[in-house]
Amino acid sequence: MSDGAERLERAFADVGRPLFVPYVMGGYPDIPSSRAQAAVLARHADILELGIPFSDPLADGPTIQAAGQRSLEAGTRPEDVLEIAAGLRDGPPVVLMTYVNTILAAGERTFFEHAAQAGVAGVIIPDLPVDEARQVRDAAGRAGVATVALAAPTTDESRMAAIGRAAEGFLYCVSVAGVTGGEVAVGDELKDFLNRARRYVHVPLVVGFGIRTPEQAAQIGEIADGVVIASQLIRLYDEAPGPEDAERALEEFASSIVSALAGVPA
Amino acid sequence: MTELPTRFGPYGGRYVPETVIGALDELEDAFSEHSEDPTFQAELEGLLGAYVGRPTPLYLAKRLGERYGIERLYFKREDLCHTGAHKINNALGQVLLARRMEKRRVIAETGAGQHGVATATAAALLGMECCVYMGRLDMERQRLNVVRMRMLGAEVRAVDSGTSTLKDATSEAIRDWVTNVRDTHYVIGSAVGPAPYPEVVARFQSVIGSEAREQMLAEEGRLPGSVVACVGGGSNAIGIFRGFMDDADVELVGVEAAGHGLATGEHGAPLAAGSPGVLHGSLSYLLQDSEGQVAEPHSISAGLDYPGVGPEHSYLRDSGRVRYTNATDAEALEAFKVCSETEGIIPALETSHALAAIGREGARLAGPVLVCMSGRGDKDVDQAGAAMGLDV
Repeated sequence: MSDGAERLERAFADVGRPLFVPYVMGGYPDIPSSRAQAAVLARHADILELGIPFSDPLADGPTIQAAGQRSLEAGTRPEDVLEIAAGLRDGPPVVLMTYVNTILAAGERTFFEHAAQAGVAGVIIPDLPVDEARQVRDAAGRAGVATVALAAPTTDESRMAAIGRAAEGFLYCVSVAGVTGGEVAVGDELKDFLNRARRYVHVPLVVGFGIRTPEQAAQIGEIADGVVIASQLIRLYDEAPGPEDAERALEEFASSIVSALAGVPA
Repeated sequence: MTELPTRFGPYGGRYVPETVIGALDELEDAFSEHSEDPTFQAELEGLLGAYVGRPTPLYLAKRLGERYGIERLYFKREDLCHTGAHKINNALGQVLLARRMEKRRVIAETGAGQHGVATATAAALLGMECCVYMGRLDMERQRLNVVRMRMLGAEVRAVDSGTSTLKDATSEAIRDWVTNVRDTHYVIGSAVGPAPYPEVVARFQSVIGSEAREQMLAEEGRLPGSVVACVGGGSNAIGIFRGFMDDADVELVGVEAAGHGLATGEHGAPLAAGSPGVLHGSLSYLLQDSEGQVAEPHSISAGLDYPGVGPEHSYLRDSGRVRYTNATDAEALEAFKVCSETEGIIPALETSHALAAIGREGARLAGPVLVCMSGRGDKDVDQAGAAMGLDV
């Protein structure tokens, strides 16, 4: 097991409640502000997800698309996001969210060596399904970075088995067929999907896409091992009148999510 | 069932969210099953004949040939297909497949609007709901096709992200597909996208090449010396090339959009000036910066205004089987004008790039020369007319 995978799996063992995994788009709206957001959220996060902006983010809805676009317009480069990660070394494990072309352009080996140097524990690549991932996963593994696999409600049993064989750190379960920023429905479909994942995948299950409220986080906490919240944090940031208000709003929201997750019966 | 290729050399693959992998498997199975099913074949061939107007003619373009110094210049007249371009060959095939897969809705991206019109047409014919994504800039420059799609009962959704062109429309169509994958089939309009799309589209378009091959043999008693086609995503090109791929003596020439000129960086020529990368689900040559951010392309023709290209073209470029060249906006406009005036055929601005390359190379091309007249230029009259200083 890579060092990164071990750090991620240990995070689940240590906390004793479902994990809170907030997302920050690196460089949105600019590098210093995203560094400040990450620092605020890191105080409450069990794992922190840090996005590298990409020009054509297929898995993202309008909120994250717009944030990524703005970040690129501000001149953010992948190396800048790694620097933000490096600054969070003493906090919870950092997982990068990036599209595969960013990794290919840098060269797999270089990308993951730099990520490892920045203390990154894992990487989530939403456009790299398990069948295409071997080369990237090997390069990541050699650098000690975990490749976090994704599964979706449309993933059938045979694919789930293949994903189970590749999974390390945790499994990112996409809550709905769709892109980021919609609204999750905690119903039978999600439960069936997570049950299917449990049968084949032996790492913790983290659910993301469309989670907006502490109530939803708690509901998901009852059936999964963690929740990712992304677009909702960007919306909160955008709605605040100024940067300080925004950081306060993030702080309050993050702490309300953690309280909600702490109330989930073990 | 035959398995479809997922890669062309190193290119292709399936770089898409996990959510749609099942739908790609389903498409692959459906295509393999139905393409060998005589009932499906008969239905498709019947429609290609009576509805699309196939086989399209092979036409000897004497006056343009003379003008360009080419002794025998032939057009494969895809511009005479119903809806005005080769796009209908693929759209009909895919919408028929979608119905067999029991999808109730089809979606498409469109640049020039020809693929959107073709999909809207097939959806109207087969009684399916249709939604077309189109960049807002393209909606302006191809206004006529927007009206046509709406008349055909399709919903046209404007896309405002990026440069509001084909790349952005494609991304938005993929997002719709990821969200509605259970009841929606995504009718990709070119030989791009995740496997098996490039192969499926190439097979539906290969009717162009197989007809043209037979027609050349009947007409000339020999194969062409050169086959020339424009390349955006590259579906008309791959369709005609497939008829001649194994004929080593036939030179295959693909023509990309050089926009304002390759040196300006404002063009749509990834095979000439790009490098391998992943866009819209496959690995292929791509216009991108050193960090892998996809560059904004430029072409006067909306259908070639795309930073990527189908993965099979990347493979054919590297293998050397196809020679890729390019033509600028200005060269394409000049060819548009010359073809209209000498032949009484107004070509699409996309097709005009292929004509421009022929004009430039003239007698240096091995004859007879066969060019894929991929579409007609009705949709381009506003834009080309303005560029030519006509009162439109």
